[in-house]
Amino acid sequence: METNFIHHQSAHCENGVASNLLRHNGLDISEPMVFGIGSGLFFVYLPFVKVNHAPAISYRPLPGSIFNKVAKRLGLKIKREKFSSEANANKALDENLKNNIPTGLQVGVYNLTYFPDEYRFHFNAHNLVVYGKTDTDYLISDPVMETVTTLTHDELNKVRFAKGAFAPRGQMYYPIQVPVAVDFAKAITTAIKQTCRDMLAPMPIIGVRGIRFVARQITKWPIKHGTKKANHYLAQLVRMQEEIGTGGGGFRFIYAAFLQEASVILKNEKLKELSLEMTKIGDLWRDFAVNASRVYKKRSTQTDVYNTLSNELLHIADLEEEFFKKLKKAIS
Amino acid sequence: MKKNEVPQDEGNLSKSNMKELIYATDEEGNYTTALSTGWEPKTIALTNSIDDINERIAEAKTKVKEGKCSPIVYFMELNKMDLPILASYVGMWKWRVKKHFKPKVFAGLSDRVLQRYAEAFNISTAELKKFKAD
Repeated sequence: METNFIHHQSAHCENGVASNLLRHNGLDISEPMVFGIGSGLFFVYLPFVKVNHAPAISYRPLPGSIFNKVAKRLGLKIKREKFSSEANANKALDENLKNNIPTGLQVGVYNLTYFPDEYRFHFNAHNLVVYGKTDTDYLISDPVMETVTTLTHDELNKVRFAKGAFAPRGQMYYPIQVPVAVDFAKAITTAIKQTCRDMLAPMPIIGVRGIRFVARQITKWPIKHGTKKANHYLAQLVRMQEEIGTGGGGFRFIYAAFLQEASVILKNEKLKELSLEMTKIGDLWRDFAVNASRVYKKRSTQTDVYNTLSNELLHIADLEEEFFKKLKKAIS
Repeated sequence: MKKNEVPQDEGNLSKSNMKELIYATDEEGNYTTALSTGWEPKTIALTNSIDDINERIAEAKTKVKEGKCSPIVYFMELNKMDLPILASYVGMWKWRVKKHFKPKVFAGLSDRVLQRYAEAFNISTAELKKFKAD
């Protein structure tokens, strides 16, 4: 069985699944719009949590929160189910496919056989859509892939029941109610307000302050842990930033694209200007990634390079603080 | 980033003919999307992580050989896991898994417990038991 689902590639998995599922249900919404309305831009630094043997840095909110916020702000209803038994999880998915419902799944990346080996880490917050089933395979639309793909029944079972942090526990989700007319303008305003609040939060590990915290830590890493570990931490920082969900530059560009769309809907010229500004900040994030990668590639032992990187990040934090203050003003 | 600046470097993606989608601006400054084969800083970061894992695997192998830890440690590293992830896969407390890292404790493990590890590592119990780090 196969549902008439149309696959669109996206930059980030959760946006992509949300946008593709909603388009299938008759609501034309782009990836940047999902990202913006779901307040997908975020920053949190958790020095006490270790991921891949380095401090955890996340450029995105908790898994599932983007789609949930989109639903709440646009008045849609999404059904989410988790399972303790694998058999029940399979039965529920098959039932959905029989009823012609393409279904979103949260999965672990480690056993996704269509990914290159190098990308297969124990990361459990990936999202994809199952849109059909054959005797041997499930038909998969993974939004970060150019085209649709497949997984065997056993492989899909494994990724649905991956273990570790954010274990998906077979989680599946799909819209059950999509209104004919939605109020984009109101949703956009609420969403922008929240992103501004998050990024300017008076907490040392969140938003702009979190970025500053990391920047200050960078100078301490080589002294405290030695160059080798410091470079490993830097590499992880860049991977979290540009690879796993394209958090740094990539997210800034998606957000800038959202602001551009929003400026048309809200008829607010100021948002278009700010979109340009965000693009420039995104470029700086990418420059930072280039410079950081130079440091850990050459394995330079001077502490000075860490200071330079730290200053670069502090500069980005300053620009973002100014940016989100202006953005807040632009919509109030 | 402008559309014509979207990097097309060789990397881990281009090897398997994959491309990722990136948002960039066109000549008029309007946002559009472009495909990228890869970007050098990302390739370097990923290579760094893979080197790090390979180093950990080699280190674990030596330790097993010297009788300083059990094969569980080696297979844990081989499967890119750490203690919390492994504990979650085998469904045991972390301190219990940690105890099994000791060769002496490992030697006395029942087949039922070994089976849980073997399943997590996708190997047979015999492979786990008879593992020799040569």
